[in-house]
Amino acid sequence: MKTIEEVQQDILEEFSLYEDWMDKYAYLIELGNSVEPISAVEKNDQNLIKGCQSRVWLVAEKKEGHIYFRGESDAVIVKGLVALLLRVFSGRTPGEILHSQVHFIDDLGLTQHLSPTRSNGLLAMMKQIRLYAVAYDRLDN
Amino acid sequence: MEYDVNKIRSYFPVLKQQVYGKPLVYFDNAASTQKPVQVLLKTGRLYTEFYGNIHRAAHYMADKTTDAFESVRDQVQQFIGAGSREEIIFTKGTTESANLVAASFGEQFISPGSEIIVSEMEHHSNMVPWQLNALKRGAKIVKLPMSRNGELQTSLLSELITSKTRLLAVTHVSNVLGTINPLAQIIDAAHRKNVPVFVDGAQAVQHIPVNVKALDADFYAFSAHKMYGPNGVGVLYGKRKWLEQMPPYQGGGEMISEVTFEKTTFSEIPFKFEAGTPNITGVIALGPAIALLQETGMEHIAAWEHQLLDYCTHQLKELEGLVIYGEASQKSGVISFNIDGIHPFDLGTMLDKTGIAVRTGHHCADPLMSYFNIPGTVRVSFGIYNTTEEIDRFIEALKRVVKMLK
Ligand SMILES: Cc1ncc(COP(=O)(O)O)c(C=O)c1O
Repeated sequence: MKTIEEVQQDILEEFSLYEDWMDKYAYLIELGNSVEPISAVEKNDQNLIKGCQSRVWLVAEKKEGHIYFRGESDAVIVKGLVALLLRVFSGRTPGEILHSQVHFIDDLGLTQHLSPTRSNGLLAMMKQIRLYAVAYDRLDN
Repeated sequence: MEYDVNKIRSYFPVLKQQVYGKPLVYFDNAASTQKPVQVLLKTGRLYTEFYGNIHRAAHYMADKTTDAFESVRDQVQQFIGAGSREEIIFTKGTTESANLVAASFGEQFISPGSEIIVSEMEHHSNMVPWQLNALKRGAKIVKLPMSRNGELQTSLLSELITSKTRLLAVTHVSNVLGTINPLAQIIDAAHRKNVPVFVDGAQAVQHIPVNVKALDADFYAFSAHKMYGPNGVGVLYGKRKWLEQMPPYQGGGEMISEVTFEKTTFSEIPFKFEAGTPNITGVIALGPAIALLQETGMEHIAAWEHQLLDYCTHQLKELEGLVIYGEASQKSGVISFNIDGIHPFDLGTMLDKTGIAVRTGHHCADPLMSYFNIPGTVRVSFGIYNTTEEIDRFIEALKRVVKMLK
């Protein structure tokens, strides 16, 4: 399995194929549409990450020391961002997640989605991923 | 008279901006408007020519600054047709104006059991101050409900206004639906039962002619930054009879006439409500913004923007699955909409990439979103510099992004 850093590099390379912003977003929408939907039951308040403009759900499961994430959003662009985060973080150990540096969103120029006041849930989702890692890490030790 | 939109556009250098390599189309005027050179130059000139603190020192710089500051008070008085200059108070914005009245009027007139009527279409800034105040004083908020088309159910007023009603708070123009409320009628209904009316004019003064005296409004609030003026300045108009009975809002310099350690006597209005050094530059730079509106003529602006509204509404209605929220018979240049199966956030984000700035979200009006049972809308709102060509570009871009998102 590739490292978190390697996956980020892959993503950057894929997006670099598109010069126009519309094309970058078209790709993001495509990714969003390919996200495996989570079940209606899992779209509960517990899995809901409070974002202002769009709703994001994140489900985590731990199997054999690795955390598997699934997620969805009601906005397709956010769903595309969710897809990227899942690709980077799902299947990792808590240690890998906690020691990672996430830079690909900045590098892609999608940082508008990260500003705390835009609060579309992406920043909150990254926080939640880390919180799961911390929690599972504690359970282990 | 011809409406010379090109001349107006030439005053706004920012409109020549490109975003994401596309010419900017700025359709988020309800959130804040762009600033004309007249306002920018005034700000610069103030600091380079005669800046000083106001109302205090006896020197040339302070005198010149005070004159400039106070002349804007005259300008505002004239712009909204207030009876006297003392009835014009400078604040930070509409929000602060509402909080001032809630706190100060509240202290004097609102007590346990009092009722405050607030309309269902209010921006949070004309709702939360009243809620906080009601909570503090054991008063009750009574809702003036809205109908599906975005008009207030004013026929209910005669029932809603009781002997316990102390104030009615209502917006002149809705920032989400564009509805122009029948203010004269609402105020008349309230006054018949001796209830004063606080009007949120944040979305009105820059779009339609406003005369507070003709309307007989008791309080009228608005923000400079939404009327082509600078940030951080607002106005509260209040009838003298109310302002004189209200205690000061904040304590400090400027607002006192005599202070001993035991007791302070306060200045006359408006200074009683202007504690501390105000936003001197901001107030002075509001002057040329008002002048621009007056030179252009509020009647002409209203007619131009109404034309944009009709032109855009007509084209939007052609689009499949598009729902417009707010179809009042009297509307200003604001259109809120959704497209079936597409999240407003996605639409807004994609439109942005085509150079078109719109607003998405709940527009600080959660109760209104609950009414329509939606998470938010896409909102386009026009200003004096917008054109039908820009609307064409917007519609074309909208069609393109809808195709991508569906
Ligand atoms: C109707 C209405 N009222 C009040 C406000 C608040 O204005 P400000 O933030 O300038 O105080 C706004 C601005 O968003 C508004 O649209």
